Amino acid sequence: MEQAVQVKELRPPITHIGVIGWVKNNLFNGVFNSILTIVTLFLLWKVVPPFFRWALIDSAWHTTGQACRQAAGACWSIISMNYRFILFGFYPYEEQWRPLLAMLILFGLLFYSRDRSHWKKPLAYAWIIGLFTMGLLMKGGIFGLSSVESTQWGGLPLTLLLAVFGLTAAYPLGVILALGRRSQMHGVKALCILYIELIRGVPLISLLFMSSIIFPLFLPEGVTFNKILRAQVAIILFTSAYIAEVVRGGLQGMSRGQYEAAESIGLNYYLTMRLVILPQALKIVIPPTVSQLISAFKDTSLVVIIALFDLLKTTQSVLSNPEWMGFSREAYVFVAILYFLGCFSMSNYSRKLEKELSRGD
Amino acid sequence: MRGFKNSAVSKKTPFWLDPKKRAILFQLMTFVMVGLLAYYLISNTLINLEKQKIATGFSFLHKESSFEIGESLIPYSAANTYARALLVGILNTVKVAFIGIVITILLGTIIGVARLSTNWLISKLAALYIELMQDIPVLLQLFFWYAIFYETLPPPREAISPAAGIFMSNRGVAFAVPEGHPAHLYMFLAFVAGCGIVYLMRRWARKRQEKTGQIFPVFRVSIGILVGFPFLTWWAFGAPMGMDVPVLEGFNFEGGLTLSPEFIALLLGLVLYTAAFVAEVVRAGIQSVSKGQREAAMSIGLRPVPVLNLVILPQALRVIVPPLTSQMLNLTKNSSLAVAIGYPDFVSVANTTINQTGQSIEGVAIIMAVYLFFSLTTSAFMNWYNKRVALVER
Repeated sequence: MEQAVQVKELRPPITHIGVIGWVKNNLFNGVFNSILTIVTLFLLWKVVPPFFRWALIDSAWHTTGQACRQAAGACWSIISMNYRFILFGFYPYEEQWRPLLAMLILFGLLFYSRDRSHWKKPLAYAWIIGLFTMGLLMKGGIFGLSSVESTQWGGLPLTLLLAVFGLTAAYPLGVILALGRRSQMHGVKALCILYIELIRGVPLISLLFMSSIIFPLFLPEGVTFNKILRAQVAIILFTSAYIAEVVRGGLQGMSRGQYEAAESIGLNYYLTMRLVILPQALKIVIPPTVSQLISAFKDTSLVVIIALFDLLKTTQSVLSNPEWMGFSREAYVFVAILYFLGCFSMSNYSRKLEKELSRGD
Repeated sequence: MRGFKNSAVSKKTPFWLDPKKRAILFQLMTFVMVGLLAYYLISNTLINLEKQKIATGFSFLHKESSFEIGESLIPYSAANTYARALLVGILNTVKVAFIGIVITILLGTIIGVARLSTNWLISKLAALYIELMQDIPVLLQLFFWYAIFYETLPPPREAISPAAGIFMSNRGVAFAVPEGHPAHLYMFLAFVAGCGIVYLMRRWARKRQEKTGQIFPVFRVSIGILVGFPFLTWWAFGAPMGMDVPVLEGFNFEGGLTLSPEFIALLLGLVLYTAAFVAEVVRAGIQSVSKGQREAAMSIGLRPVPVLNLVILPQALRVIVPPLTSQMLNLTKNSSLAVAIGYPDFVSVANTTINQTGQSIEGVAIIMAVYLFFSLTTSAFMNWYNKRVALVER
């Protein structure tokens, strides 16, 4: 009978659960952490509200440069009054829907490619057609579109163009270099190592200088490349060396058994690589490849130094206009937000992919 | 007959089916193609150079440079040669890279540890910092800091002085430094002597510990010697207190030590950017040591400091050092972006040289050679260090 007596269930003390428990466990566990939390909160209170005041409350959003100087806060007018130039550079004003459409196609393709179940042959064709259409839209000259010289290309489309075409061309080159570096043939191996280490040892900017000053000397007289293409070549040469190292990591991760199995069923080198090794190796290195993609995207900003009008350069030329001089902070914050959005979504995607791949499918 | 037939068959094996011969053939083809490409490019270049009447070779290095350089660690004027100008540039690059690497490792370690803190607020702030800095191009950050410096700070006449002897203006930050005094040389010598004594003491302490098991407080005594020796020397010289305080003269500060806005913007940009990557490296390194290691070390009665020194760090460093090396190299290579904000680093001086002399091929070759040298020496040093910290399997 005694066993039937119901013991009243005690709830944990109020200080251990709910909001109070969380705060106690995560912010005030121990003397040192408590002091740290209080000091940090104080600093945040000193910095964050004035920042929001500057950025949102006291700011000017759509005024002339003169009116902006009267405002106590940020001058976002520099963006709202000049956004067409910042985004599209010297591309003819009436035709700016074309780079816009090209960018939308790119974003659409990227968005569609997020899902791994869509990674099939049709997607590859869609990318080829998409890239071709983008080039056509930018260049024009047929279908009644007026021709726009590439010297007039600029702004965000140029940045994206350099990044996307750079990577699509650098990727196969990088794979070939990685295979070369793992090759049994010592001559080929030495050449590949020399190339990879040489490129990885020098800064991108020296390659860009080379592309802008020396490439013209390499070519026979009368043949000229335009500046964008030369910078593009430099970016491709640079990125491929880094891709090669990433891919090499994947190749090294393959067990010998895979090679031996492929050999034992009579596959030759090309088929072994294409059907057995590369599909597995490239899958392992998807996350580091995406982070390489992110850094290539960031690196395209370096073309400012050889005076191509990418996103950063168009912003700077707005800043050199006397009306807008002195509002660098706002302008750079805007560009930083654009880059951040691009890189952050890519790195987020890479983390998601990493989780999916490590789960095993 | 049979044997004869077999050997005849093996003789007939066509060379393109023999892997060894095929490999040789393939390599020959590759080399011929690369060679032809190189020949094509070089011959074009030579023809073009001849047409433009540009002399090849490095003799331009001995000519007078006739341009000034804003800041220099060694005496330099426009009358010096291009070679000396380039040397000034190299020293400026080394200066910013060295200081940058030291601060980056400190800051990156702090942020990496903060990311792992049990304090929610600190950990989230560190995560925010890492994400934000990694996702914004370093060149944009350089421009940003430079603009902040130029647009926010007042001209020298209205310089802000946050503490006595420090003046911040849009011409840079001027510090008061101790006045030149003969004691400084002896203090430096005392410090070097201290380093030698500390080294010998550590060896002695280790030997004694191996023999007798007694532990000598090496760390505290070392700090005492390294700080104490120079201090005693300073005191023996009558404790010279004279300070060289910057004074506003005309449009700029004279005296003291002035850091240019370009240098500060470059340093700030490189350090804040690279520290985010170093923080991730440090975090991964610490997380790679399993919890059991710490618990095991504590269960045999080690105090927290030896736990860190003898158990955690040796294992974490093994994971940390290789990616840390590549981050240090990245910082050095990114310092070449100085050309965009006008800090006279090596690339910027080389660029001016190319523009003045037209020796573009030689100039770019020098740039590449110098950076390759930096890369190779850094990775050689770090490989040596890596071997030292690598676990010795017993």
